Amino acid sequence: MSGVRLWWMAGGAADTSFLSPAVTAIGSVYKLPVRLETVNARPDGAFDPRRNQHSSTRILNWLSHHYPKGATRLLAVTDYDLFIPILTFVFGEAELNGKTAIVSFARLLVQDGALIPRDRAARRLAKEAVHELGHTFGLLHCKSYRCVMARSASLKDVDMKEPALCSDCTARYAETGIGKEPSDE
Amino acid sequence: MSKRTTRILVVDDEEIVRESLVSWLEKDGYTMDTAEDGPTALGKLDSASWSILLCDLKMPGMDGLEVLDRVKKAQPEAAVVIMTAYATVDTAVKAMKLGAYDYLVKPFDPEELSIMIQKIVAQQALLRENVILRKALKRDYRFRDMVSKNSSMQQLFELAKTAARSSSTVLVLGESGTGKELMARAIHAESPRHAAPFVAVSCAALTETLLESELFGYEKGAFTGAMTRREGKFEAANRGTLFLDEIGDISPKLQMDLLRVLEERRVTRVGGTESLPVDVRIVAATNRDLPKAVHEDRFRQDLFYRLNVITIHIPSLRERKEDIPLLAETILERLSVEMHKEVDGLSSEAMALLVTHSWPGNVRELRNVLERGLVVSKGPLIQAADLGLTLSPAKEVRPAHPASLAEVEKEHIAMVISQTGGNISQAARILDIDRVTLYNKLRKYGLRRDGEEIEET
Repeated sequence: MSGVRLWWMAGGAADTSFLSPAVTAIGSVYKLPVRLETVNARPDGAFDPRRNQHSSTRILNWLSHHYPKGATRLLAVTDYDLFIPILTFVFGEAELNGKTAIVSFARLLVQDGALIPRDRAARRLAKEAVHELGHTFGLLHCKSYRCVMARSASLKDVDMKEPALCSDCTARYAETGIGKEPSDE
Repeated sequence: MSKRTTRILVVDDEEIVRESLVSWLEKDGYTMDTAEDGPTALGKLDSASWSILLCDLKMPGMDGLEVLDRVKKAQPEAAVVIMTAYATVDTAVKAMKLGAYDYLVKPFDPEELSIMIQKIVAQQALLRENVILRKALKRDYRFRDMVSKNSSMQQLFELAKTAARSSSTVLVLGESGTGKELMARAIHAESPRHAAPFVAVSCAALTETLLESELFGYEKGAFTGAMTRREGKFEAANRGTLFLDEIGDISPKLQMDLLRVLEERRVTRVGGTESLPVDVRIVAATNRDLPKAVHEDRFRQDLFYRLNVITIHIPSLRERKEDIPLLAETILERLSVEMHKEVDGLSSEAMALLVTHSWPGNVRELRNVLERGLVVSKGPLIQAADLGLTLSPAKEVRPAHPASLAEVEKEHIAMVISQTGGNISQAARILDIDRVTLYNKLRKYGLRRDGEEIEET
């Protein structure tokens, strides 16, 4: 089946209620079906004990090697705290114009050191999921801070944006022709 | 004009660092490249210009501080950010002294990196805008601001530059709107007289008596209304350049007065008795055919010889159509700064229309058309319809019925050949074909060198 495969790579079975805003947002923004799957396998060597974080780039490579046949895109959702070597952390990473993306909710659950309500964290996750998938469709960071493709360098940036594309990014996504093919309906 | 993209070069011996920075920053739309060591980075400086260099401090061979030092000499406008895993006050101070924009300790906070890059980009955009604004304000009339790809224009610039270094009189000829005053100002700016005034007088705009007092000045009481003594343009331009525009339009009396000043290098104010020495370089201009005026006794031959020391003939815009895209882009860039309206440029249809237009008003007309286009345009590109150009006469006489390809080709060749005044080489250049092909086509379509059809006998 084509469409977005959403792999739950956190503890236990996929938390459907927590993921529900993300599934809805991905479906409505990209006009693609979303299939949620629990994946128990984990990549080796992604954990950096010195930093106590996981390398998002290594997980992306692992996802590429385990890419499900026929999928339009693959998005992994993890509770690992992610990093890329040059930065202290990232909320997620994606291959620009590629097929795979990953998003972490490790830093989305808190605000100033305290846990936030679950539904608010789920909304943040939905935005970051749509954002990282946007890069796989070739979308770059948007200057409109309300657009989901605005750069998320901090939680403040995440909270400011909507879980939707602005009109310019919508037009750019439409140019890809994805989400219009009968097989994707 | 094309939007400038920010080009970032990442210099680091660790591949994973290079890759992760590229992957992070390319999503902001920046053009990214990498170098694994200092010498490779310096090699990339030779081949392209960079807005930002993110450079590691500790690298085998050439370290980041040496790269920084060399970059600041090669491309001083590039912002260099030094990255290091081990921060020490000494190296940070040294880096800043050598001109680093900032000093970052790895790993960076994403927000810190993001804000820093945005700040650099904004500052560089301001600097660029500042340069353009300063140019517009100062009306920087140097030769490098006169753009042309045309080889005869290049030769003309060379001649003008050489002439600028002397004090000889220059006669600038050319149709209205070709930029005769701009040429005169450029000659002045390049000359040893550039620190002294450039004074322009339009000879056709004034009556004979007004022009006389304007040029030579007058003494108090020289005529009714001369309440005070006033110095003339010759005196005002002392040690500088006097630009006499439309010199072909001055009266016989003034021609004689002017000849006397040019010969004696002294002026006498109207109503005065004392002659004053003046050190003035004359640049005269006209769109009239002066030799013909001399032949018809409308212009003094001796004055013509005095003026005709170095002659610069600026070709009309239709004689150098290959310059239109470059000129349009340059003019548009300046207009958008002056008018505070930014556009990405012209649509391909709009540019094609500009290239085919016959431009009777030359560069001045081009500027006006672009100004209108800029005002009217609504999108990022100026469209053909925004320019308000009507079809050229050659196009208007096209038959209403659909024409064949051969008919259109014949018509187009006829138009170009007539616009170039039968100059085959020039017409071939505009049509982008060689001369032999053009001759063959003229024969095939039965066209004469003036673009008219050969009448069958």
